[in-house]
Amino acid sequence: MTVYASRRRSNFLWIGLCYASAAFGLGWLIIILATLLWCGGGGLSLAVFTQMTPPPDQGGGLLNAIVGSLIMTALGVAIGTPLGMFAGTYMAEYGRHTKLTFVVRFINDILLSAPSIVVGLFIYQVVVTRMGHFSGLAGAAALAVIVVPVVVRTTEDMLLLVPGPLREAASALGLPRSTVIRKVAYRAARAGLITGVLLAVARVSGETAPLLFTALNNQFFSADLNAPMASLPAIIFQFAMSPYKAWQSLAWSGALIITFAVLTLSIVARVLGARGSST
Amino acid sequence: MTSGAEVRNELPTKISVKDLKFFYGENLALKSINMPLYANKVTALIGPSGCGKSTLLRVLNRMYDLYPRQRAEGEVILDGTNILDPHQDLNLLRARVGMVFQKPTPFPMTIYDNIAFGIKLYEKLPKSELDGRVEAALRGAAIWDEVQDKLNASGLSLSGGQQQRLCIARTVAIHPEVILFDEPCSALDPISTAKVEELIDELKENYTIAIVTHNMQQAARVSEYACFMYLGELIEFATTSQLFTSPENTRTQNYITGRFG
Repeated sequence: MTVYASRRRSNFLWIGLCYASAAFGLGWLIIILATLLWCGGGGLSLAVFTQMTPPPDQGGGLLNAIVGSLIMTALGVAIGTPLGMFAGTYMAEYGRHTKLTFVVRFINDILLSAPSIVVGLFIYQVVVTRMGHFSGLAGAAALAVIVVPVVVRTTEDMLLLVPGPLREAASALGLPRSTVIRKVAYRAARAGLITGVLLAVARVSGETAPLLFTALNNQFFSADLNAPMASLPAIIFQFAMSPYKAWQSLAWSGALIITFAVLTLSIVARVLGARGSST
Repeated sequence: MTSGAEVRNELPTKISVKDLKFFYGENLALKSINMPLYANKVTALIGPSGCGKSTLLRVLNRMYDLYPRQRAEGEVILDGTNILDPHQDLNLLRARVGMVFQKPTPFPMTIYDNIAFGIKLYEKLPKSELDGRVEAALRGAAIWDEVQDKLNASGLSLSGGQQQRLCIARTVAIHPEVILFDEPCSALDPISTAKVEELIDELKENYTIAIVTHNMQQAARVSEYACFMYLGELIEFATTSQLFTSPENTRTQNYITGRFG
């Protein structure tokens, strides 16, 4: 009985520690979200979504920044996703045991954890200096470079989870390799692949550093990819550092918008992932 | 194997395996196998785990080609052509030699599409004709009555036994000539097993069948010919009744009577 009693005591102790750590971690998240709601929610109005960023101490909104972020994120994901999917597919399906795959996976892991400011500098050197000016295109390119390793990783992981017998069964019907991959493996891994892309969107939509060197910023509305383009993170950075109350309030609202957009995306990704694994 | 030589001359041979060696990397897994698969007969491959019977089956549709470092030497003649020829078109071969696996592997799509998928790859059919082919395949696999009202449900929503019959229907749908069964009932309950066995018995009218099984009663029930394999060698090939009642080799006898393996 004493053995059992001491086991119960240590069980309580460890469970208690687990709960405490979880509460500690979640606590910060709740504090951040609450602060955002408290400080950003007040300034949230229709004007935020319909008006341009204002000069100091005047009313205005974030429309140009929201549109810029949407354009560059969409373009970056549109460029990065196919590249990442193709590479991930090669690694999981065609070159599973090859040296090339091993090397690519290693480099991809480095890229995955590379500081995003390095990516910004890289695109600055490769794109911005050649074009001679900052542009939305350069911003999208920088985001694409960040998207690629995320999508490569999830594509490879998700395809590796597709059971081998399913591929064998498809091959046994005489399906060519490419059909097996497109019609069977992709379909079996669909939920995971979509989740990967959504996670990549969430990841890049909050990036500031790579945009500062590439798309720069823009106080005016511009959908021209060949010109500097505003983005939410860059505007937040600029406005939050400013001494003007109105700008600071807009920065809070922008932060709130990004955070909840990313939160929503992550939840959608989770729900899709869960639904995919149950069918 | 004098008795084996006798039956060999009487029947048309669909596949004939000649001096087949198989390697996993450097490992010799099959040592010079010689055996026929007679047309429209069921041939059972039995033997203890690791004896090479599944390996032999996977040579017959060159499934091993999916993996690096696996290779076969010798000849496997299907209707006069050596399918081990490097120029053999693997997709055509697999359309002629279908395979049903140990675990049911329905594709992540509807029941209808599971069947139609394979057909559409080889033939362009109008919808009504495709419907007919799907129904015929499902009837052929004795599962039509259970799924006719839910053809648009996911193939994964079926029970294990139904899934396995769906996989058989999928294989039958593209009209192969040979069907290879790799322990098709090992994941099924006795009722589903009985249904699949019944089905195999009906299928031999139109197809040449090879089945790997661990269940000796099953081999006795479904097959006309049987071969016993041990440690990568083919020990004995004979009619099923002879192999089970008066095997010539003592190792065969020991295995069948349960003394080892």
